Amino acid sequence: MATIAASPTYTTEARTEAVDNSVWSWLTTVDHKRIGALYLVSALLFFVVGGLEASIMRAQLMRPNGNLISAEMYNQLFTMHGTTMVFLAIMPMSAAFFNLLIPLQIGARDVAFPRLNAFSYWVYLLGGLFISFPIFFGAAPDGGWFGYAPLSTKAYSPQINMDFWVIGLQILGISSLAAAFNFITTIINMRAPGMSLMRMPIFTWMSFVVQFLVALAFPVITAALVFLQFDRFFGTNFYTVAKGADPLLWQHLFWVFGHPEVYILILPAFGLVSEVLPTFSKKPLFGYPVMVYSGILIGFLGFGVWAHHMFSVGMGPIADAVFSLTTMLIAIPTGVKIFNWIATMWGGQLRFTVAMKFAVALVGMFTIGGISGVMHASPPNDLQQTDTYFVVAHFHYVLFGGSMFGLFAGVYYYFPKLTGRFLSEKLGNWHFWLSLLGMNLTFFPMHFSGLLGMPRRVYRYDAGQGLELFNLLSTIGTLVLVIGTTFLLINLIKSWRHGERASSNPWGAATVEWAIPSPPPDYNFAELPQIKSRYPLWNMKENEPLVHETTYAEEKDRRIPTAKELGIVMPNPSIWPLITATGMLVMFCGLLFMESNTPLAIGIMLVGTLGWIASLYTWLLTPLEDHH
Amino acid sequence: MADNAPAAGHAHEDHHPTWSIYWKVALFLTIVTAIEVSAYYIPAWETSWVYVPSMLIMSAIKFVVVVYYYMHLGYDHKVFQALFTGPLIIAILTLIGLLFLFSKLAIRIGLLA
Amino acid sequence: MTASTAPTPAADAHAHGGGHHTSLGLDNRKVAIWTFIGSECMLFASLISTYLIYKGRSPQGPFPHESWTNPTTGEVFKPILNIPITSASTFVLLMSSLAMVLALAAVQNRHVPKHSAWDRILGSSKLWLWTTCLLGIGFLGFQAYEFTSFIHEGLTIRTNLFGSSFFTLTGFHGAHVTAGVIWLFTLLAIDYRRGLEPSDATIVDIAALYWHFVDVVWIAIFTLVYLIK
Repeated sequence: MATIAASPTYTTEARTEAVDNSVWSWLTTVDHKRIGALYLVSALLFFVVGGLEASIMRAQLMRPNGNLISAEMYNQLFTMHGTTMVFLAIMPMSAAFFNLLIPLQIGARDVAFPRLNAFSYWVYLLGGLFISFPIFFGAAPDGGWFGYAPLSTKAYSPQINMDFWVIGLQILGISSLAAAFNFITTIINMRAPGMSLMRMPIFTWMSFVVQFLVALAFPVITAALVFLQFDRFFGTNFYTVAKGADPLLWQHLFWVFGHPEVYILILPAFGLVSEVLPTFSKKPLFGYPVMVYSGILIGFLGFGVWAHHMFSVGMGPIADAVFSLTTMLIAIPTGVKIFNWIATMWGGQLRFTVAMKFAVALVGMFTIGGISGVMHASPPNDLQQTDTYFVVAHFHYVLFGGSMFGLFAGVYYYFPKLTGRFLSEKLGNWHFWLSLLGMNLTFFPMHFSGLLGMPRRVYRYDAGQGLELFNLLSTIGTLVLVIGTTFLLINLIKSWRHGERASSNPWGAATVEWAIPSPPPDYNFAELPQIKSRYPLWNMKENEPLVHETTYAEEKDRRIPTAKELGIVMPNPSIWPLITATGMLVMFCGLLFMESNTPLAIGIMLVGTLGWIASLYTWLLTPLEDHH
Repeated sequence: MADNAPAAGHAHEDHHPTWSIYWKVALFLTIVTAIEVSAYYIPAWETSWVYVPSMLIMSAIKFVVVVYYYMHLGYDHKVFQALFTGPLIIAILTLIGLLFLFSKLAIRIGLLA
Repeated sequence: MTASTAPTPAADAHAHGGGHHTSLGLDNRKVAIWTFIGSECMLFASLISTYLIYKGRSPQGPFPHESWTNPTTGEVFKPILNIPITSASTFVLLMSSLAMVLALAAVQNRHVPKHSAWDRILGSSKLWLWTTCLLGIGFLGFQAYEFTSFIHEGLTIRTNLFGSSFFTLTGFHGAHVTAGVIWLFTLLAIDYRRGLEPSDATIVDIAALYWHFVDVVWIAIFTLVYLIK
C-alpha cells in the first residue's frame, strides 16, 4: 500500500520515444508546456532588452550633465524600458508559468482552448516585435509607458513614434484577454476530481484572480487607446482640450487599468513564492484560506485605488481622501501575506536552494517597496514624492525585488519539471547574490535622490544638488545587475542541454505537478488524479516522513508510454493560430499609414482583416482532435 | 463532435423557459419601452426630478428580464451568475466613480455641494 | 498506514483515455462566453462613461437634445437625435432577441414531434435564424440611416466631443451587432449544409448569449444617450 506518493505505473524498458523538435512543430504547437517555454524564452530576451535600455539610461545619468545620449533618445529609452518590462517581460514571464503550471496543478491535460492559447502567444510575440523594432530607427515610442494624453496626441507628438505605442499596446491587449478567457475557463471547469477551489495550489489561485483582473482591466485601456487612436488617425476630439476635452480623461481611464495591472504583475510572483516556501520549509503554507481571501480582496480592492496615481492633479480633497483611504486599506491584505510567509518558514526545516533564496528575498524586498508605497498613499506626502525618484525606488523594489525575484524563484524551482534538468545551483547563487546586491545598490539610493527632489524622466541633472553620489551608486548597481543576469542566461543555456538530470519530485513538493515525470509527457497525466487534500503528495501524519523526494537514479530506466499506447487522444497541432495572429498584425500595421497614404492604409487593413477572418474560419471549422 | 462537451451524466437545462414565457417577455419589453418613450414626450414627467430615476429603473428592469429569461441566467448553474454579476458590479461602480470624479454626480451634504 | 491524501487515479471511465472530464459538468465554451461578456461589460462601461463625462461639455454644437446656432455662420442646427426613429430601431433589436431564443429552442427541440402548423413554424431553426439576422440587419439599417443623416445635418465624428463620443459608442455597438449577424449567418450556413442538431445547441447558445448581450447594451445606450437629456 503506497504510504506516500502513488508510484507511477511505468514499465522498465528503455525510453524509445523521440520528441519532434522541428521548427514547424514549435510553430504549430498547441501544447501548454511548449507554449510556456516559448513565453519564457521570449520574456527573458525582452527582459534583457529592457535591461539594456535601462543600462544606457543609467550610463547617461552616472554623472551630472551627461552627454552620452540626446534628450529625445532618453525619452525613447525610458518609454521603451517601462513598456518592455511591464508588457513584454514580466507579464509574459508570468504567462509562462500560467501555461506551464495551471493545467498540471489542477490535474488537467491541457487548457480549455489549446489553439487560443497558441494564438495568445503569437499575438504577444508579433506585438512585442512590432513595438520594439522602431527603436532601431530612432523612432521608438517616446511618451512614457503610460502615454499620457494630450502629450501623446498628434498635436504634441506628431511623429510616428507614439503610433507604434498606441497600436502595439492594443495588439498586446488582445493576447492577454484571450489568455484570460482561456485560463478562467480552465480553472473553473477542468479541475481533477476532488480538487475543490479550496484545494487548489496557491499559484493557481493567484493566477485565477489575475485572469479576472486582466479580463476586467484591459477593456478599459482598450477604450482609452481607441480614443487616442481615433484622435491620432481620424481626427476625433477625445483628448483635444481646445474642443473641450478634459485633460484628465486619459489619466483616469489609464489608471483604472493601470492599477489592477500592477496587481497583475505581482500576484503571480506571490503565487510562486507560496509554492516555493512551503516546500523548502517542509511545512504547509500558513493560513491557506487567508492567503486565498487576501488575494481575492487585493484583486477586488485593486479596482478602487486608481486615482492614487493622480494625487497631484487637483481632484479635490474628497477624491484625494477616498483614494487615500482605499490605498491604505489595500495594504492590509498585502501585509497579511508577508506575515503568513514568515509564519510558514517559522519552525520549518529550511533548505536554502536558489529558488528559496529568491523567494525569501521577495519577502524582504517587497516589504521595503510596500513601505514606500504606503508612504505614497498619503496625498500630502505624495505631493512631495510624486514624479521624483522616490517613486522610481518604490516601484522597482516591488517590481524587481518583488515580481522578478518571485519569477526567478519560479524559474529555478520549475526548470527541472519543465526540462528534466536542474539549473546549476552554483551559477544560480552568483545570479542571486549579484541580483540582490545589484538591485539594492541601484534602487536604494533613489529613495534619497528622490527626496532631494530629483525628478523622473530627466535626461540630465546639474551638479551641486547632492545627487551625484546616489546616481553613481545606482549606475554601479546596474552594472552588478547586468553581470548577475548574465549568470542567469549562461545557467539557462548550459543547463537546458547539460544540466544535472532531475526526477519527478526532486524538491519533495506537495502538489500533483510533481507526481508526473520531468519533463512531463505530452498528455501530462496517464490517469487523471483523484485529489483528496491540499497537499496530495505529502503525508501529514505524525512521525512519518513528509514526502519521498524522488531521485533520477530510481526513475531513469522507466519507460514512459505514449499517448497512443494509453488511448489518449491529443489535440492536433495547428498553424492557424499563428496565421490569424499575423493577419491581425497586418491589419493593425495598416493604421500606420493612415495619414501619409490613406488608400494604402485601407488596402493593408482590408487585406489583414480578410486574412485573419478567413484564417479564423478555417481554425474554427477544423476539429481540435481526431474523432474518437 | 463537440470536443468540449461536458462528461455524460450531468443534469442541466432541465428547466427551460417555454414559448409562453418568451412571448410574454417580448410583450413586457415592448410595453416598458413604449412607456419609456412616452415619458420622453410628457413634459410634466420629463422635466421632473423623477424622470432620470424612473428611466434608469425601467431600463434596469428590461436589462434584468433579458438576462434572466433570454440569456437563461436564472435557469443555469450559479457559476454563470457569478461570472456575470461580478464584472457587472465592478463596471457599474467604476462608471459611478468616474462620474463623481468628473463632477457629473455629486452628493449634497447640507450646504456642501 | 494508508495515504488518504495521496492522489489515486480516478476510478471512473471519464479519466481514462478520451473522456473529457469537467469539474462542474459545464461546457467550456459557455464558461468562456460568459467570461467574455463580463469583460465586455467593462468595455462598454468605459465607452458609456466617456460619453456621459463629455455630455454637455462640447463648446460648439450640434447637440443631441437642443438646437444650436453657429455664432460665426448663423447656421441653425436642430437637435440631432431622432427619438421616434431610434425607438423603432430599439424595438427591432428587442424583437430580434425573441427570434434568437426561438431559434435556439428550435434547435434544441429539433426531434420533438410537431403536431400542428404552428409547432412546425415555432420549430424551424432556419426561419428564426433568418428572422434574427434580418431584424439585426434592420437595426443596422436604422443605424446607417441615422449616421448618414447626422453627417448630413452637420455632425461628424470630428465635429465636437458629442460627435466623437456618440459615434464611437454607437459605432462600437454597431460593430458588435455586425459581428453577431455574420456569426448568425454562419450558423445558418451550417443549418443548410448539414442541419443544426440538438448536439449543436451549445454553439447556437453561445451565439445567442452574445446576441442578447449586445441587445442589453443597447437598452443601456438608448436610455442614457437618447432618453435622458
